[in-house]
Amino acid sequence: MSAISILAAVPGFGGNQTLLNPAGPMAQRIEHTLALIFFITGAVYLLTMIAVGVSVWRNRLARDEFPPPQQTPPEQDRKAVTAVASAMGVSVLLLFVMMVASFATSHAIGKENGRAPFEVDVYGHQWWWEVQYPQPEAYKMVVTANEIHIPTGALVRIHGTSMDVIHSFWAPNIHGKRDLMPGYQTDFIIQADQPGRWRGQCAEFCGPQHAHMSFLVVAEPMDQFHGWMEAQAGTPPPPSNPQTQHGQQVFLSRACIMCHTIRGTVAGSRVGPDLTHVGSRDMIASGTLPNDAQHLAQWISNAQRIKPGVRMPPNPMPQQDLNDLVAYLESLR
Amino acid sequence: MKAIFGCVLAALLLTVGCKREQRLFDPGPNGSQLAGSVHATVVQAGGQPYQPATTGAYEESAYAVGEGKRLYSAYNCAGCHAVGGGGAIGPALSDAEWIYGSSPDQIYATIVQGRGNGMPAFGGKVPDYQVRELAAYVRSLSGQLPSTIAPSRSDQMPIAKAEQARQQEHPGDENIQPVQHPEQH
Repeated sequence: MSAISILAAVPGFGGNQTLLNPAGPMAQRIEHTLALIFFITGAVYLLTMIAVGVSVWRNRLARDEFPPPQQTPPEQDRKAVTAVASAMGVSVLLLFVMMVASFATSHAIGKENGRAPFEVDVYGHQWWWEVQYPQPEAYKMVVTANEIHIPTGALVRIHGTSMDVIHSFWAPNIHGKRDLMPGYQTDFIIQADQPGRWRGQCAEFCGPQHAHMSFLVVAEPMDQFHGWMEAQAGTPPPPSNPQTQHGQQVFLSRACIMCHTIRGTVAGSRVGPDLTHVGSRDMIASGTLPNDAQHLAQWISNAQRIKPGVRMPPNPMPQQDLNDLVAYLESLR
Repeated sequence: MKAIFGCVLAALLLTVGCKREQRLFDPGPNGSQLAGSVHATVVQAGGQPYQPATTGAYEESAYAVGEGKRLYSAYNCAGCHAVGGGGAIGPALSDAEWIYGSSPDQIYATIVQGRGNGMPAFGGKVPDYQVRELAAYVRSLSGQLPSTIAPSRSDQMPIAKAEQARQQEHPGDENIQPVQHPEQH
C-alpha cells in the first residue's frame, strides 16, 4: 500500500513531515536518492518474484514429491552457471550505483558547509528544543523554543548540540537526520525554498517522552522573517489590565520562576523554555498541545498527566490564579 | 518431560520475586503543593506538634533520587555546595558534619526555611515532592542511601566519586555544631 503511494507520489507529493515533499535543495537530493534506490530495488524484487513464479509454474506437476537427483547434461550446467554469474554481476553493479549515488548525495549536502548568512543554535533537551539566534549585540539575541524560523531561499547554518542525552534533529522536508550529541557540536546547513510550517521530530530515542518532542521549522519570506526577529528580540510590554497584572504576580511568586525566563521581569532561569514570547508560538509542550488558554491551563496545573516524566512539576493553584496566569502568558506575544 | 515442565514452572515462579521500580511521575495533589508547611522544631508554643511526613518512598526510589540529582544542578544547589557536595561557600554535604541535622526531615526543613549565613529559603517556590527528592539526593552524597538507589553516574564529567560508590558517613548527635552568630559589640 505504502509502496503504491510512494510510486504515485515521487514526482510531487504534498505533505508535511515526509521526505517525499522536499521544501529545499538538501531534502530534494535525499528524495532523489530515495527514488533511485526504491526503483532499482523495486525492479529487482519484481523480476525475482517473476522468475520464482515462472519456475514454480513450470514444475507444477512435480508437487507432493521431490524428484530423484539426476545428472544434468553439461550443456545445461554451463547455461545455469552463466545465468547465475550474470545475475550476480548485475546485482553488484546495481549496488555500486546505489552506493555511489548515496556518496554523491552526502557529498553534495556536506559541500554546502561554508559560512552561511544565518546561524541558529539548537539545543536538544529532554524533551524540548531550545532555539537561539546568536547576534553580535547581546541584547538582540533571540531565544525561543520548539519553533525555528528561517527565511526562505537562504542558507541557514544550524549549530546543534544536546544538553543531556543524544537527540536527533529531523525535519524530513528540509534535511536528513542529524544527531545532536552532548558535549559535541553538530554543524549542518539547511535551506527551505518553499514557505511553510514544516514539522520535525526527535529521531533518536531519548527517554519516555521521546515521541512528544517535535518542533516546527517555519520558513517564511525574508521580510516576514526579519519582522519576526525584531518582535522576538524585544521585551514584551508590561501587563496592561488587572487580570494580566495579577497573572504576572502569580508567575513571579510561584514555582514558575525557578525554571523559566521572561525577559523584562526578574524571572531568568534557564532550566525550562524561555517564555518571553510564549503567546506567539503555535504549540506548547514541544508540539504536544495547541497553544490556547484551555490547553495551557491543563499543562500548568498537571503536566505529568499529559506528558508523564516531563520536567515540569504539577502546579495546583486556585482557579482564579490559574486563569490570570494563563491570560498573562497568552498576552506575551 | 514432566521434570522439564516442573523446572520451567519453578523458574517462572522465581520471576514473581522480581521487582521493577515504578516511577512515580505524578506526586498527587499533596505532593505537588508548594513546600513551606514544615515547622522549625518539635518544640512549639501550642498547636499541633510537628508530624514528620513520610519520606521513605523517596529514599527507596532510584528515579526520585536521580531527579533530586538533576534538580541539585537545575536549582543551583551546586553553586554553593559544589557538584558532588564537596562544599564551597556553602558547607560540604558529603561529610559527617551536619549543622542543622542529617535526617530527611531536617534537610527538608533546611531547604524550605533557609538557614542563617546564606542558605536561601525555597519554601513557596518549589513543590513539596521536589524538596523531598532533593533531600533524598543530599543524603546520598554522604553515602546514606543503599548503592542500589544512589546515582551511579553523572551527565557531566565525573569530578567527584559517584554517589553510589561513597562510603557511608556516620553523622552522630555529638557532631551537631552550634550555629555561629557574628559577635555583637
